[in-house]
Amino acid sequence: MTKKLKLSLYRFDPAKDKRPYMSDYEIPYSSSGNMMVIDAIRKAQELDSTITFRRSCGQGVCGSDGVNMNGQNGLACITPVSKVMTANRLEVRPLPGLPVIKDLIVDMKPFYDQYEKVKPFLDNDEEIKTGHERLQSPKDREKLDGLYECILCACCSTSCPSFWWNPEKFVGPAALLQAYRFIADTRDKQKRMRLKKLNDAFSVYRCHGIMNCTSVCPKGLNPSKAINEIKKELRKTG
Amino acid sequence: MKLGNIEFTEQQFDVVIIGGGGSGLRASLEISKSGLNVGVVSKVFPTRSHTVAAQGGITCAIASADPNDDWRWHMFDTVKGSDYIGDQDAIEYMCSEGPETVFELEHMGLPFSRFENGRIYQRPFGGQSKEYGEGGQAARTCAAADRTGHALLHTLYQANLKAGTNFLNEWFAVDIIKNDSGVVSGISCFDMETGEVSIIKCNAIVLATGGAGQVYEQNTTSLICTGDGLGMVLRKDLPLQDMEMWQFHPTGLYGNGSLMTEGCRGEGGYLVNSEGKRFMPDYAPKAKDLASRDVVSRCIVQEILAGRGCGDKKDHVLLKIDHLGSEAIIKKLPEIREISMTFANVDPIENPIPVVPTCHYMMGGIPTNINGQVITQDSNGNDSIVNGLYSIGEAANVSVHGANRLGGNSLLDLVVFGRAAGKHINEELPEQSSSEVSNTNIEESLETLIRIQETKKGESVFSLRSDMQNVMQNYFGVYRNEDLMKEGIKKLEDITERTKKIHLNDKSGQFNSEKVEVLEYLNLLDIANATAYSALERKESRGAHAREDFPERDDENWLCHSLFFKDKNKVSKRAVNLKPKTVETFKPKPRVY
Repeated sequence: MTKKLKLSLYRFDPAKDKRPYMSDYEIPYSSSGNMMVIDAIRKAQELDSTITFRRSCGQGVCGSDGVNMNGQNGLACITPVSKVMTANRLEVRPLPGLPVIKDLIVDMKPFYDQYEKVKPFLDNDEEIKTGHERLQSPKDREKLDGLYECILCACCSTSCPSFWWNPEKFVGPAALLQAYRFIADTRDKQKRMRLKKLNDAFSVYRCHGIMNCTSVCPKGLNPSKAINEIKKELRKTG
Repeated sequence: MKLGNIEFTEQQFDVVIIGGGGSGLRASLEISKSGLNVGVVSKVFPTRSHTVAAQGGITCAIASADPNDDWRWHMFDTVKGSDYIGDQDAIEYMCSEGPETVFELEHMGLPFSRFENGRIYQRPFGGQSKEYGEGGQAARTCAAADRTGHALLHTLYQANLKAGTNFLNEWFAVDIIKNDSGVVSGISCFDMETGEVSIIKCNAIVLATGGAGQVYEQNTTSLICTGDGLGMVLRKDLPLQDMEMWQFHPTGLYGNGSLMTEGCRGEGGYLVNSEGKRFMPDYAPKAKDLASRDVVSRCIVQEILAGRGCGDKKDHVLLKIDHLGSEAIIKKLPEIREISMTFANVDPIENPIPVVPTCHYMMGGIPTNINGQVITQDSNGNDSIVNGLYSIGEAANVSVHGANRLGGNSLLDLVVFGRAAGKHINEELPEQSSSEVSNTNIEESLETLIRIQETKKGESVFSLRSDMQNVMQNYFGVYRNEDLMKEGIKKLEDITERTKKIHLNDKSGQFNSEKVEVLEYLNLLDIANATAYSALERKESRGAHAREDFPERDDENWLCHSLFFKDKNKVSKRAVNLKPKTVETFKPKPRVY
């Protein structure tokens, strides 16, 4: 059955708007279909071509289109409208906690800065003979499952009150998940340095186990668990 | 600086790479490590590039699943898969250099899945064999579950962070600048966030802009796959090669187009029709469901045309993997399950997945040699190198895929030739900037940008693009014939005419996504035309190019590349390289699976 969806979008153009406002669009919507939130936004864009948002893969693997839908963070391209709308109404806002540049686009720099801070790359200067890979047992490789799949969409960090308060000092769930991805990798040789760099009052310990990060992760990952693992390691090393 | 109504800034790098996907990042890593000043201009944050969506893996004879595996067998498969118009020197280079590049990725930290002995996991993929096709199915595709592209792209981005590469993220490249002496000397681009226009001067440009799957209505590719580098090349009177060759992946998710990796069939899945019958053994008794992609796609279309399609409209078939068991599916194909559940409401542990052939990969592209140097053809029909201009990855046509790409060869192509181009630039780049750029050169490169910025009324990009995609889908799809294509070309001519009056409604500076869509569409339309004229010209059936009016392969006339020039939509021929350096030529044979 075709109905109308009332899509309410957060609008802000820094060149002409003093403050942001919500703007409503009526979108044809069929409850039998499988319309994703991004489809609804693109329909609205056909009505008003100035609507701006990030998008790329359209299937939940690139992490471009993290937004806040009726209060919950997620990826617009894999969130069915039916799952988030209430009474045929859907409000879409930019991810909270990061500066808005325009409409649904936020400045991701504070988020990427935290990512880079944890040195998210394998560090192992040991000489390896060419012509071969490093060996890793399936059991050791399994330790990376649930960690390496992060798509850097920022849904978790921007749903975290500790990150809202201290975006510069608290590393945040996404970057901590990445930090642990390298701590847990048996091929990395800098575990000790990595832990040392995180061992202060803010980097990890601003996490109070609220677990918003885990409940919103569109990839079903569990940053809370990774953070607890880091805390455990920190206790071990003192 | 100011020219006319456009203000711009100037920047300088030794090397500019356009595109932050797998090939661009592999090249930038090589160049950064050598100490040259390299800038990566990417219209998205690099990890949002389309490489991220690759699932099944990277095919390469690392001799893990089979200690006796040999890169020459991989080469044989690839030449055969290409239906013999892949360049054999390039395929030889890719298959023999492959293992070293894969080991490098592992050393960088790529989280490959593993065998019990700790070596990299390899799975069977379509078109793979041992002993030059005589020794049965090989398992040669190295995998990180079904997220290999994601793991590869993130690993390369991370390695670039470590190497200190300069990134211009969310910058859109508009055009290449050639100076008055015809030397490649920079690019015009703009910062999408601020709208600031910039001229970047450099001594070498690498076009790593990826494919252009968005020319088709139904495709598995990201919305950003608009072939921007190909548009730039055509506007500089340089040719594109083999643009009639588009891969239709047999298993795009019905209704949505998302890719269901060939790994599904590699792990033991198979296709069934409306009668519940596994039909591939009827067409390809040996390879069955793991025949080459072009073959499987045509078989699916045949089944649908014979009325054995599934669903109310009988317009798709089913991919069955439930018999693999939930444990194997969760472990080896987790992303597939997720996408299928999200978009088709089907849990493949319980039910088969509805699939249909969907545009997936552009075999054609910018012709290059094995160093990634762009090639054009002089008036006598001889190859000539365009100094300072490189192209790699899906944008390029080196050509390792010929008329049909084998699964898992695209990721290998990215890293092998990204690395090769990087090495060549490190060795050959002139130390001093040799090129002076005049105001006229700059103005020329900003022409399109100025034009769309000044439109007052006209047609919107949205209707033009969907009309173009619709024509490509219906007139240049899996099966083609002359009448159909001529009709399609007429429609494209009409759309090209309408496009002259395209109107940019949004004139704002910051994050103007409509402006980006207009520029992307102009590139797509050029590519659509390239495909249409090249497809009409090639009067034979080869690889992905299947003509009802010329059903046979014609080696006498068409064992060659096609070259398309934008000027007068001219199509010419170019010889295929049949001279590998260390092995005997693989001579064309009938392609049976």
